Amino acid sequence: MKTLYAILVLCGAVALLPAFVSSGVVLNLVIMTLYATLLGQAWNILAGFGGQYSFGHAAFFGTGAYASAALQVHFGVNAWLCLPAAMACGAAVGALVGALSFRYGLRGSYFALVTLAFAEVFRILANSVKFTGGGVGLLVPLKSSALDFQFQGKAGFLYVILALTLAGFLLSWWLKRSRYGAWLTAVRDNEDSAAALGVDVFRVKLQAIVISAGLMAAGGAFYVQYFHYIDPHIAYGPAVSVDALLGPIVGGLGTVFGPLLGAAALQLLGELTRNLMGDAPGVSLMIYGAVLIAMVTFLPRGIGGVFWRLAPKAP
Amino acid sequence: MLELSILFPSLLNGLTTGAVYALIALGLTLIYGVLHIINFAHGALLMIALYGVFFLNAKLGLDPYAALPIMVPAMFALGYALQRFVIGPASHGKDENILLATLGLTLILENFALYAWRSDTRAIETPYTFSTVAIAGAMISTPKVVAFFGALAATAILLAFITRSDLGRAIRAVARERQGAKLVGIDVEHVFAMSFGIGLACLGAAACFLLPAYYVNPQVGNGFVLIAFTIVVLGGMGSFAGALLSGFIIGVVESVGGLWLGESLGQIGIFVIFIAILLFRPQGIFGART
Amino acid sequence: MLEARHVSISFGGLKAVEDASLAVPAGSITSLIGPNGAGKSTLFGILSGFLKPDTGSVSFLGQDVTGLAPHRICRLGMTRTFQIVQPFAGQTVRENIAVGSHLHRAQRKAALAHAESIALRVGLSGQLDRPAQDLTIAGRKRLELARALATEPKLLLLDEVLAGLNPQEVSEMSPVIRSIRVSGVTVLMIEHVMQAVMNLSEHTWVLNNGHLIAEGKPADVTRDPRVIEAYLGRGAAERLRTSGNEAHA
Repeated sequence: MKTLYAILVLCGAVALLPAFVSSGVVLNLVIMTLYATLLGQAWNILAGFGGQYSFGHAAFFGTGAYASAALQVHFGVNAWLCLPAAMACGAAVGALVGALSFRYGLRGSYFALVTLAFAEVFRILANSVKFTGGGVGLLVPLKSSALDFQFQGKAGFLYVILALTLAGFLLSWWLKRSRYGAWLTAVRDNEDSAAALGVDVFRVKLQAIVISAGLMAAGGAFYVQYFHYIDPHIAYGPAVSVDALLGPIVGGLGTVFGPLLGAAALQLLGELTRNLMGDAPGVSLMIYGAVLIAMVTFLPRGIGGVFWRLAPKAP
Repeated sequence: MLELSILFPSLLNGLTTGAVYALIALGLTLIYGVLHIINFAHGALLMIALYGVFFLNAKLGLDPYAALPIMVPAMFALGYALQRFVIGPASHGKDENILLATLGLTLILENFALYAWRSDTRAIETPYTFSTVAIAGAMISTPKVVAFFGALAATAILLAFITRSDLGRAIRAVARERQGAKLVGIDVEHVFAMSFGIGLACLGAAACFLLPAYYVNPQVGNGFVLIAFTIVVLGGMGSFAGALLSGFIIGVVESVGGLWLGESLGQIGIFVIFIAILLFRPQGIFGART
Repeated sequence: MLEARHVSISFGGLKAVEDASLAVPAGSITSLIGPNGAGKSTLFGILSGFLKPDTGSVSFLGQDVTGLAPHRICRLGMTRTFQIVQPFAGQTVRENIAVGSHLHRAQRKAALAHAESIALRVGLSGQLDRPAQDLTIAGRKRLELARALATEPKLLLLDEVLAGLNPQEVSEMSPVIRSIRVSGVTVLMIEHVMQAVMNLSEHTWVLNNGHLIAEGKPADVTRDPRVIEAYLGRGAAERLRTSGNEAHA
C-alpha cells in the first residue's frame, strides 16, 4: 500500500510541475528522465522480475517506432491511434521472439545473444525496405495540434510520458503483489522448482516478454512523436537496448522504483559530466560503462538494493 | 548471376575473409571454452587492436604485418590485465554479471575511441593496397591473400601451442574440469588470465591482417561481435576445429549472400543462421550435446 | 495411486533406469532406497514429468501421465521436492512457500496466509520473514518440504529430504512426515537415512544400477542378500553370514 501511495504522490507532483516551471530545459530534462524510466521499466519486467536478460530490446522499441511512423506517413493514421497499434506490433514481435527462444529453452547468455541477433535482423531489414524509408528513415510530418499527438510546448509531452510511466509503475507494483508476479519471480529464481510447484514456465515467460515488448514499443512511439524522426540505427541499434538496461541495473532490478532511480542517477551523472568535460562525444557513455562494471562488481542489487538491506521487508 | 566467373572470386574472397573471421572466433571460443564466459567485448577489443595497428602505421610508418610482434604481445598483456583485474572480480560466478561487465567494457572502449579519435573512418595505404593476385583466373586483392595465409599460420601456431605446451595442457585441463585442475595444483586464476590474454592476442594478429583490406572506426566492433558469435556457436562453443570450419562457412555465406542480396541485406543470412543454430542445434557442428 | 510400468531411460548409451515397475498405494508412506548413483532421482524425474522415459508408462490416479509436463502433473496432485534444495533466493521464506500456495489460490493475501499455516506445520514459523538464503541446511530442507506441501498434493515425492541433517534434526522431521500422511497425503520418499526408512515407511523398493532388485517391508528388505550386496559389494552377504554378524544396511 505504501508503494502505491508513493507512486501516486510522485506522479502527482510531476503532473503539477508545468504549473510552476516554464523552462523548456528543465521540462525536457524531466521528460527525458521519464522516457528513460519507461524503457527501463519495460526491460525490468522481463529481466528484473523475470530473470531473462535481453540485449536486443531495441527490436521492440524500433517496431513500435516504425509502426507509428509508417502508419502516419503512409496511411495518414491519427498519431494517437498509432500508440496502441505500435504497442500491439511490439507485443507481437515480443511473442515471436519469446515463443522461439523459450520453446527451445534458451536461457542466460544464449537468450541475450539471440535477442541481439533479432534486433540486428530487424535493423538490416529496416535499412533495406522502402516501407521503413530504408537507410534514410522516416520523418513524421510536423503538426501543431494536441489532437495529432504533438504539442506546442513541452507540457503536453510531459503528461503523455508521465501517463506511460505511471502505467509502468502500476504494472510493476501489480507484479509485486499478484499471483502472476509470484510465478514470474519464481521462474526467475529457479525454473525447475517453479515447474515442480505447478508453474507453467513457458507461458509465464512468454507473457512477460509480451508485456515488456508492448511497453517498450510505447517508448518507441513516444520517441517518434517527440523527435519526429526515426531511422534503422536509432530504432534497432544497440544504443536503445543499452539505455533500457542501464537504469534498472543501477537503480535496482526487480523493484518498482529501480528504473526511476537509475534513470535519474544516470541523467544526473550525465549532466555532471557535461559540466565538467564539456560536450565531448562519448564521455558520458564511457562513464556509464564504468558505472555498469562497478555496479555489477560491488552493488549487484543496485542503488535500491542498499536500502533493501537496511529496511525491513514489507509483505 | 550464378556464373562461375562471378561466383568463383566471390567464393575466394569469402574464404579469405573467413580465415580472418576464424582467427577472431578462435580467440572467442578459447575464452568460452576455458572461462565459460561469453566475451561480449570481443568486437570492441578488435576495434582497439585495429586502431593500434592504424596508429603504428600512421605515426611510426610501421607496416601492419611488421606490427605483429608488437600487437600480439600488447593485446595479450591487455587481455591478461582485463581478466585479472576487471572481469574476474566482476563475475561473482554469475552468467549475467559477466554479460553485463563485458557490455560495460564495450561501452567504455567504444566511447573512448569516439572521444579520443572521433567517429571518422580511417584506413591505411600500403604499397600493396591496390595490387592483386591472380588465382585460377580470379583477381583477389593482395592484402586479402596475405590475410588468408597469415590467419591460417596464426591458427596453426595457436593449435600447436595448445596441444604441445605445458601451459596449453593446463588450459585444456582447466577447460575440462576446473575443480580437478585446482586440486592438482594448477593456478586457475592465472590460467584464466592467460587464456583471456591469448584470446586477445588472436585479435592482435587478426587486426594486423585485417586492416590493410578493411578500415576502422569506433563502431566496427559491433559488426564483428555477432559474426564472431555466430561462428563460435555454429562451430560449437569451445571447439577449435569448429571455429575454423565455421569461419570459412560464414565468410563464404557473407560474400555470396552479398552477391545475391546486395551489400546491406547480405549480412542478414548470417544472423538468420545464428538464430537458427541457437534454436535448433545449439551445440553447433562439433559441440557436445549438454 | 501411482503406478510405473516397465519404465526405462538411457542417457547417451548409459542405462540409468531399466524396466522399473512399482505401485504406490494411496494413504501410505513408502520409500525408494539404493546406493548412490542407482538411479533413484532419475526415477523420480520420470514419475514427476521432468524426464520422458524411453519405454514404459506412468499413471497417476488412473490417468496416464507419461511424459506430461511437470507443472501439469503438479496440478493433478503429485508434487516432488529436489535433492539439492534451491530456495527462491532473494525472496523470504513466506514468499517461497506462497508460490506453492498459489497453485490453488489466486489472491496474494490468501496465498501468504496459507503459507503461514504451512510454515507452522513444518516448524518454520519463526523464520517466515527471513530471506530464504539465510536458512541453515535443516531450514532449507523444511522449506523445500513446506513449498511442496503448500501445493496441497495428493502424493508427495520427497527426494532425500533428510540428507545432511544431524540425528536430532532427523528425529524432528520424522513426526512432520508422519503428520503429512495423517492429513491424507500419500508419501513416497527417496532416503539414505535408514533409521527413517525403517521407522516411517511401510513398504520399500530397492534400486541398484537402474534395476529394481527387491521390494517389501523395510525390515525384510534390508536383510535380503541381494540388497546387502548392492550396498556392500559382491560376496558381502556371504561374508557377513559366515562371520556371524548381524547385517547393518
